[in-house]
Amino acid sequence: MPDAQTLTLISPEIALAVFGMLILIIDLIGRERTRGVLPGVTLLGFVLAFAATMYIWGSNASILAGMYSVDLFSLFFKILASITGVVIVLVSIDYLRGRSTQQGEFFALFTFAVLAMMMMASSASLLMIYLSIEFLSYTSYLLTGFLREDKKSNEASIKYFLYGAITSAVMLYGLSLLYGVSGSLNLADIAAAFSNTVDPSIHALALVATALVLAGLGFKISLVPFHQWAPDAYEGAPTPVTAFLSVGPKAVGFAILIRVALTALPIYKESWIPLLTVISIITMTLGNLVALRQTNIKRLLAYSSIAQAGYMLIGLVGVNLSGNSPFEGLNGVLIYLFAYLFTNLGAFICVIAIENATGAVNIEDYNGLVHRAPFVAALFILFFLSLAGIPPTAGFIGKFFVFGAALREGFLTLAAIGVINSIISVFYYFSVVRAAFFLEAKDKTPIHVAPLVTAVLTVSAAMVFLIAVYPQPLLNLAAWSMGIWGVVK
Amino acid sequence: MVPWLSLLVALPVIGSVIVLLIPKGQDSDKWIKWFSVIWSLVPLVIASYLWFWLFNPNGNGMQFQEAYMWIESLNVRYHVGIDGLSMPLVWLTTLLTVLSLYYSSYTIHERVREFFFMFLLLETGMLGVFVSLDFFLFYVFWEVGLVPMYFLIAIWGHAEDRPQYSAIKFFLYTLAGSVFMLLAIIALYINTSSATQPGTFDIIELAAKHPFANDMVFASLAFWAIFLAFAIKVPLFPFHTWLPDAHTAAPTAGSVILAGILLKLGTYGFVRVLLPIFPQVFQANATLIAILAAISIVYGALVAMSQTDFKRLIAYSSVNHMGYVILGIAAAVAVGGATLTDRSIALNGAVLQMFNHGVITGALFFIVGMLYERAHTRELKRFGGLGARVPVYGGVLLLASFASLGLPGLAGFVSEFLVFRGAFASLTAISAVAVLGIVFTAAMFLWKVIQNVLLGSFDETKWQHLKDEMAKEGKEVHLTDMSRFEVVTLAALLFLMVLIGVYPSVILNTINTVSVSILSVIKF
Repeated sequence: MPDAQTLTLISPEIALAVFGMLILIIDLIGRERTRGVLPGVTLLGFVLAFAATMYIWGSNASILAGMYSVDLFSLFFKILASITGVVIVLVSIDYLRGRSTQQGEFFALFTFAVLAMMMMASSASLLMIYLSIEFLSYTSYLLTGFLREDKKSNEASIKYFLYGAITSAVMLYGLSLLYGVSGSLNLADIAAAFSNTVDPSIHALALVATALVLAGLGFKISLVPFHQWAPDAYEGAPTPVTAFLSVGPKAVGFAILIRVALTALPIYKESWIPLLTVISIITMTLGNLVALRQTNIKRLLAYSSIAQAGYMLIGLVGVNLSGNSPFEGLNGVLIYLFAYLFTNLGAFICVIAIENATGAVNIEDYNGLVHRAPFVAALFILFFLSLAGIPPTAGFIGKFFVFGAALREGFLTLAAIGVINSIISVFYYFSVVRAAFFLEAKDKTPIHVAPLVTAVLTVSAAMVFLIAVYPQPLLNLAAWSMGIWGVVK
Repeated sequence: MVPWLSLLVALPVIGSVIVLLIPKGQDSDKWIKWFSVIWSLVPLVIASYLWFWLFNPNGNGMQFQEAYMWIESLNVRYHVGIDGLSMPLVWLTTLLTVLSLYYSSYTIHERVREFFFMFLLLETGMLGVFVSLDFFLFYVFWEVGLVPMYFLIAIWGHAEDRPQYSAIKFFLYTLAGSVFMLLAIIALYINTSSATQPGTFDIIELAAKHPFANDMVFASLAFWAIFLAFAIKVPLFPFHTWLPDAHTAAPTAGSVILAGILLKLGTYGFVRVLLPIFPQVFQANATLIAILAAISIVYGALVAMSQTDFKRLIAYSSVNHMGYVILGIAAAVAVGGATLTDRSIALNGAVLQMFNHGVITGALFFIVGMLYERAHTRELKRFGGLGARVPVYGGVLLLASFASLGLPGLAGFVSEFLVFRGAFASLTAISAVAVLGIVFTAAMFLWKVIQNVLLGSFDETKWQHLKDEMAKEGKEVHLTDMSRFEVVTLAALLFLMVLIGVYPSVILNTINTVSVSILSVIKF
């Protein structure tokens, strides 16, 4: 039986697990009317998880036989996960109405998905990594296929599942190799084992294993060439789930990638940096180029989010934790993720707002949007500017830090390719702006946006703007979080 | 102490928010228009008060400075200040904004709220660039102006000139330059930081620290990255191709601001950033830059001469006129036998030319717009003999054209003369070629503009033909002389052309102080 301190340290996870069960029970025994409380219960779960995260803020403990690490780095991602949870629930309420009667299952699955995110953030052993990734994957597959009557939703789920099954098998093979050559499941012990050995064949195997593990993580983060599932899954999934997929799994995928790279494989930095550089370049370039040709807004945002993962990777390539510069690379990734969270969720909520009222998800349906829903149209600009990294928006701060890290470490070409990509991205982001502001609408009836959705949109937009105007708290947060790798300050 | 500059920058954006809040109603368009015009007068009054009362033209260094820590871990400060280089441009920005808004309150009838919102937002962006002394802040303001201008061109542009294409072209070109500037800004920070000291984004400190002093390769990379951003904005040949499209498509007020102020952001950056921070690299490449300037001058004039569209012609003449500015700046740092006096004269000419071009070309775009409002065409061939029919209009066009082609006694002559006077010392051959630009510009204005539009006899049948043609598209052609609001719009600009032409020291004193101080700290 774990002691009280351990229980305290995993209290956010416990809260979510309990609430997930609770939702299922209420759904099972409750009547039609009592089911109306489900979104509220779900929200309460996330708020409690957030509060618990705040309560244990500052902890730095390795618990459960070293499998689970509760440190500031993991807590950063738990904050991110709770925020994602709250936002998605708030915008799901209107979306699900009339589309699905199984609300209880949706909210329960979603709570478990966020729980899986939190577990990924804390995973410190190969076993835990694999289990938590699978946990998130399975809840995601179900959520993607949640609209049972909708063929596209089903197709998306199957594709997502098949792709996920293959990459997870590949990753499992990689994990087992890592265990085989190092003799340990614990990330820190693996690093020690590698630095103590002089056998070249061990090092060679370790590199093969790293590449294989990268396949599994690349799938979660949607890095090229493991990205093919993303556009189809994004298009078919219920839009709130799409919004979730575009930020949640991506963020915690990065958490594990960073943990594996910096805790388990720091001595192979020379090897994984070139690999990640190449992946970063092809990810952002391919994502942006293919996005140019999209006509469906969800697919466009899917390719855009692939490209965004490429930018984030620049931060990891430029990692340098010497502590005497604001551009440490790792903080760039964290700042970028936080900015991206509000930006991308915001963009998707705009899509949801329009889809709720009209069912339309094609860019041509956005023609004349400014006359039909001026507030949503205006916020679209803000979120797109942020995705493109143009100030004064949060996305600019994120890009500033990842490009800064690349320049500090001398990756001039990578930084140049990054900024060229952000120019390309403006072209397709503004194709939506063009439709919304300059083209004539076929149907001119005003679009009614639910007050709750408007409220969430306003908060997201305010955050996107606020992070740009007053970024210091976020910069501090990122600096503390990466402090677990021994950064000065 | 009053935070004058913060007030100046904040007022327009506050106004733009108020514009959004003005309640919808039957008269809301009227309210929005009057509110915006009156509100925009406040920055003009403040700028005038600053320049004519508080500003010390002989003062060294920055005045009205404000500096607060903004982002501590990056050492980014909110640092603003103003000197003889930025003061005239700030004042001109507030003036042209008032005139543009005033003129637009009569000529903009669609999507009024958005128009005035965008325009006020744009003013904040432009003023912000001119007062920023922190490179990070500078960059933020640099980009802030981009979106409003994009919308001004795309929504209120002339439908037949592909406004959406021109707008995104403008946006992407400017962005393409500025993102590389961003990388250079970061590189400057990293280069000035050490294990114990954070780096700096402060433009004044950067100039004092000589970043990349011992590394010509990286210094050149950073220099060219920033150069690209500014050269596209100016625009310097061969980065000018966005300009004719954007100018032609933009609504009149948009063209005025684009030509009057936005192009100056580029040349201002040359003097404020590139000259003090990279004197060696600038000097090493001065000849190349001067050659590009000379090409801009001659090529701009020749292409302008070959235009059949009145507005496009003025747009290309901007390429020519902005070339003089760059030539003057290049001459100020070029290797050669030039004395400090020669260099200061060239730089004075360049800075004065920025101001003059804003006044003159701003006026010319208004004048073209006024004709277009009446005739719905800008084809030079469709006009002729207007001088006799609309004498006031004819007189105004004549004056502005003469000022633009550099007739002595008017503003353009003074600055162009100073540029060449300074440039001949170090860049003799290039200047000799560039002088041809003056000849071509004169020919272009006399032949294409004045002869085609004003002179000759008024051809009734040709005009009737135009009327019939426009009537088919539902547009009414009415050839009336300038109305009162049009005269009011142009009066201040015409006055400035004459004033600076006959008494340039009213502004040159201010400019000269800063030219000498910028150049005297640079080692040659």
